[in-house]
Amino acid sequence: MKSLILQTATRSLVAVMLLFSIFLLLRGHDEPGGGFIGGLVGAAAFALYAIAFDVQSARRMLGIRPQMMIAIGLAMAGGAGIISLLASEPYFAHLWYHTDIPGFGEIHLGTFLLFDIGVFLVVIGVTLLVILTLSEE
Amino acid sequence: MIFDTGLSSAMEITVNVMMIVLTVALLMAFFRLVKGPTLPDRVVALDLVAAIAVAIFAVYAVVVDQPVFIDAAIVLALIIFLGTVAFARYTERRGRP
Repeated sequence: MKSLILQTATRSLVAVMLLFSIFLLLRGHDEPGGGFIGGLVGAAAFALYAIAFDVQSARRMLGIRPQMMIAIGLAMAGGAGIISLLASEPYFAHLWYHTDIPGFGEIHLGTFLLFDIGVFLVVIGVTLLVILTLSEE
Repeated sequence: MIFDTGLSSAMEITVNVMMIVLTVALLMAFFRLVKGPTLPDRVVALDLVAAIAVAIFAVYAVVVDQPVFIDAAIVLALIIFLGTVAFARYTERRGRP
């Protein structure tokens, strides 16, 4: 299926969807959002690209294989728990790091963010592995 | 009044009328979704249901004064047309309905 309307709309929509998925990921800290829903929106962007163009160009846009993405995501999510073990805290205890960036304000970084990015990558990887494999059939 | 917003009375009337109109529209679209003789009828009805749901989210965000519902509306509006596109591709691949 080659539709000029869909392809033109997809080029701008994919950028908006990917931006919104990162927005949802970072906002999940203290408002609705988080890695899971952010990952789903991000995977939907790639799925839309695969429908409008073809599966090969969606894979090229993704850059790495979905299996690799799942592996990296699981390692990050599990590693976030290990960090708190190294700091002689219970497994998956949240550690906080507060810092001041000049001109930006105070930011709070936690191992929670690392875990959430891991979930984000796993969700994108699993969803795209299923969708891209099925649409190649 | 069905919804007591803490807003001015004109706004309250507007919100209530909008909710009633949107609910009737949702029921009519749902009727077409269930009955629709052909697949394209159902696909268009499903798209319409999603558009009405986005409108209901937006009005409900005004009613309860929670901007969080606007984000749900944005996500739904960004994602739901993907289903329509996938349906269109499936119909095209399958041949005439």
